[in-house]
Amino acid sequence: MPAERRSLLDLTLAPGTAGRTLSDDGHRVALDDLRQGISLEGPLSALRGRSVLIACEDQLTFTLAALALDGVARRMLLCPPDLAAEHLPAVMVDAEVDAVVTDGTGPQPKPSPGVAVVRCGSRILPGSESAVDGSSVDTEWVMFTSGTTARPKMVVHTLASLAGPLEDGVAVAPGTVWSTFYDVRRYGGQQVLFRCLLGGGSMVLSSAREPVGDFLARAGACGITHISGTPSHWRRALMSPAAHKIAPRYVRVSGEVADQAILDNLRQAYGVEVAHAFASTEAGLAFDVRDGFAGFPAAYVGAADAKAEMRIHEGTLRVRSSRMASRYLGTRPQLGDGEHFIDTGDMVELRGDRYYFVGRREGVINVGGQKVFPEEVEAVINRHPGVQMSRVWARKNPITGAVVAADIVMRQEAGGQAGFAAARDGILQACRDGLPAHKVPVSLRSVASLPIAASGKLMRQDA
Amino acid sequence: MSVQTASIRSAVLEQVKLVAEQQKKHLAPLTDALPLLESGLDSLCLAIIVANLEDELGLDPFGTGNDVAMPVTLGDFIRLYEHAG
Repeated sequence: MPAERRSLLDLTLAPGTAGRTLSDDGHRVALDDLRQGISLEGPLSALRGRSVLIACEDQLTFTLAALALDGVARRMLLCPPDLAAEHLPAVMVDAEVDAVVTDGTGPQPKPSPGVAVVRCGSRILPGSESAVDGSSVDTEWVMFTSGTTARPKMVVHTLASLAGPLEDGVAVAPGTVWSTFYDVRRYGGQQVLFRCLLGGGSMVLSSAREPVGDFLARAGACGITHISGTPSHWRRALMSPAAHKIAPRYVRVSGEVADQAILDNLRQAYGVEVAHAFASTEAGLAFDVRDGFAGFPAAYVGAADAKAEMRIHEGTLRVRSSRMASRYLGTRPQLGDGEHFIDTGDMVELRGDRYYFVGRREGVINVGGQKVFPEEVEAVINRHPGVQMSRVWARKNPITGAVVAADIVMRQEAGGQAGFAAARDGILQACRDGLPAHKVPVSLRSVASLPIAASGKLMRQDA
Repeated sequence: MSVQTASIRSAVLEQVKLVAEQQKKHLAPLTDALPLLESGLDSLCLAIIVANLEDELGLDPFGTGNDVAMPVTLGDFIRLYEHAG
């Protein structure tokens, strides 16, 4: 291990701590306090070299634990609070967990003689030891993929692979206040957390129990300047009467296909640059796009000077970079192909001099042998001025196997669900004008809302 | 012919004409003996008609548990719905 490795805490304190805070809906911690103590009740020495599961609901509690453990633990697991209990035994085995840091919430493994348990919380304990200068280990950061029902994969990153994308220089100015709709244990949220910590900013963390309007009001009151979320997060936020309580200078979209409608809506709502990024837990950040248009320039693919190399293989984007994860834990297939390119599963289509994301390979709907990506149909529906968001799904059909169906959430300004009847023909006409016949929804249904998973992505039941 | 079967027949024929128009297909003269494959409707049209009839009539003669032979003529197709009704 190189002696010069600096811990996350070191890198966080380096830009100075004056006025910098981490806060959630219950607590606020001054980063300067991290010079004096930690949030753990046990000695750090008990966790040195261990594989540590961080189990808690609150992101502030998690963040303080991670700041103490990086450089100390051999491995830390960024366990999402909604991890199903049935997956926990396999997680403990596959990750060789021999210590749990918890506040008593979140997934709780059964007590075991070989597993140390250390309590943690959402404040720095007076009189506790400091984690400063304790660094010696290149801690593995283990993140969980966001599968909804299947057992999540555990993906191994390092501080270096996670910090790699920060070279782009976005928001490394002092005084920046970051926020995100994401949980910071997900890749999209973790990236924002690192931008805040390493870039010298403050951070307003979201909370799973907080309604979106309350979060927006709190973020606004904290003066957030930079904020990120998935398109689904943003569509929900823009439905909130509190949408205008934030006044960000920078808006970032990632995690799902950013269609032109959401980019335009965000630019209109906030009057600022809207960047969209392509990243995955395994591949890390591949690129971001700052010209305000959906898709990305075709020149990105195969570019020699890119931070992440990209290839298109059978219509699917593959990525290779220093930002990608090194491997999966447990008995999983190797990460990456023979040349270490990671298959993202995201299908793209070249139109003119730009690639556009058309959807996830596994989400494709087969209409009589012809492929339909839900996202490409949603993009057309979402362009209708009355539509807030939509979800396209495969409706079973005895003739073609499936036909395309769509659930639609109407904007409040368009009369909400009552306004659907008037808009229905216009939405269908837009689909007929913009899509081949087999991609046009056979049935449209108005719904009050669409479920968003803990990962911030639209839930696709039949995908 | 009962009122119900008459209304099912007219609902099916109505859908055939509507979908053909939407999909810009030229329909052959509609008779019970007309083979579906020669009607001018392609399989996507038939798929849409089946979905629409399920929404409109609440009938799914092809649904699970119904081991039906695929209809060959327009008459077969209409009878499937009449029997399911």
